[in-house]
Amino acid sequence: MTTAIKTVGVAGSGTMGAGIAIVAARAGFKTIIYDVREEALSRARKQTEGFFAKSVERKKLTQPQVDKIIGDLTGTTRIAELAACDIVIEAVFEDLKVKHALLGELDKVCPAHTLFASNTSTLSITEIAAGSGRDERVVGMHFCLPAQLMKLVEMSPGIRTGDDAFRAAWEFCMALGQIPVRTKDNPGFILNYFLVPFNNDAIRLVEAGVAAPADIDRAVKSGLGYPMGPLELLDLVGLDTHLLVAEALYASTHEPRTAVPALVKRMIAAGHLGRKTGRGFYTYQGNAMFGG
Amino acid sequence: MKYQIIHAGESRSFADDHPLVAGAAESGEIAVVIGTMAGTVFTELVDRGRKLAILIELGTECLGAHTGESRGEEGSNVLGFARFRLGDADPSNLVELVRQPRTTEAALAAAKQVLEGAGLQVAVCADFAGRIIDRLVRPYYNAALRRLDEGLATADDLDTTLKLGLGYPEGPIALLERTGLSHHFHVTQALYEAYGDPAYAPARRAHVAKQRG
Repeated sequence: MTTAIKTVGVAGSGTMGAGIAIVAARAGFKTIIYDVREEALSRARKQTEGFFAKSVERKKLTQPQVDKIIGDLTGTTRIAELAACDIVIEAVFEDLKVKHALLGELDKVCPAHTLFASNTSTLSITEIAAGSGRDERVVGMHFCLPAQLMKLVEMSPGIRTGDDAFRAAWEFCMALGQIPVRTKDNPGFILNYFLVPFNNDAIRLVEAGVAAPADIDRAVKSGLGYPMGPLELLDLVGLDTHLLVAEALYASTHEPRTAVPALVKRMIAAGHLGRKTGRGFYTYQGNAMFGG
Repeated sequence: MKYQIIHAGESRSFADDHPLVAGAAESGEIAVVIGTMAGTVFTELVDRGRKLAILIELGTECLGAHTGESRGEEGSNVLGFARFRLGDADPSNLVELVRQPRTTEAALAAAKQVLEGAGLQVAVCADFAGRIIDRLVRPYYNAALRRLDEGLATADDLDTTLKLGLGYPEGPIALLERTGLSHHFHVTQALYEAYGDPAYAPARRAHVAKQRG
């Protein structure tokens, strides 16, 4: 698939932003990753170098290929440097005001043809676009975590997104080597719209004493063939992260199944966030997982 | 551990050639009652109290429908079970094993030993309609069918997203078409009647499939 896009900007160098930058640079695009925090850029750089070192180790890429990719990938704390970009993908905090502030600044520095894409997983593309100054050139491009390994991208036009802009973003996604799927501009798009309530329902089964976490996870894996049980997955993601995503989804939909069960807030208060604190629905010691 | 199989009509869980059935003895300290009439046959057993464990195959009903319930203190040597199976698809390797609050630990351990000995995975759950998996997947399937009607995405894009994004072996739309939408209607309607929760109310496409028979 051909694309007119040559230079890619990624705004926000957290886990998602760094992953998206890896995808873009690996596909041969000049890539500029922007963050106001120098230390965040530094972390992203380390993450990127670590990822490509493993790519060489596993013989997915050669060292000269990696050298070229790394050479095409630059970091900056100066938003003005994104003026060179044909598309800027924002992966900043999931807050409409934060995204509006960023896109407003980008609108001032980027040329008129530059596409703005949002990696939001829960917010409305139309609402994000409304603060951009160029809502006809804003599209949703939700990469999955970790972006550098997952092929899927949920692509959504906002109400005012132009057909040409959406088509250009779609062609760019294909040129990245990703697999785009088209969804409506709907809270949670497809993945989170279905996953968050499913996980909440699993928490409610624990809360109601229907079954222990290990039994629920075993049932889902054995009965449905899912690679992970919902409670293992929640421990991996972190209950604090789940709370943020679910609250954003509930605020948009007011659907009862998206409301976070009370148990989540109690577990967070107790410091049981999942793997990162050593205890969630399971207890962890090193790589070992215990109990339910 | 010796166990006997008592046939009580056609079983959705076990065909005759399954290792659980093939490995049964003429008699034993554990009785496994399989078939659509398992609950009725259970009530006719004369030596119920002398068994270490009795396992009754369940449909969509609760175990308490066969054992009775009182004050939240019910429980004995009797357990319920069902091998999870979506509609017309082959049964999975999972058995949902249903206990009551006062089910004896000896009966539970014996039941698990027999089932796991036949190569099955066992998930223990309390006696609630829908047990574990149906409680989780029926609202998800209903939501997927509703969202398909509302044009969130095409059926292929819905399925592709959930397969690639979450590693599910099959998307919900293809899965329901393969295993039977009318079967989904029956299961989710039973849950809707049990809980009154709109998330279980059958989606329009499930109603249509039911109407077509």
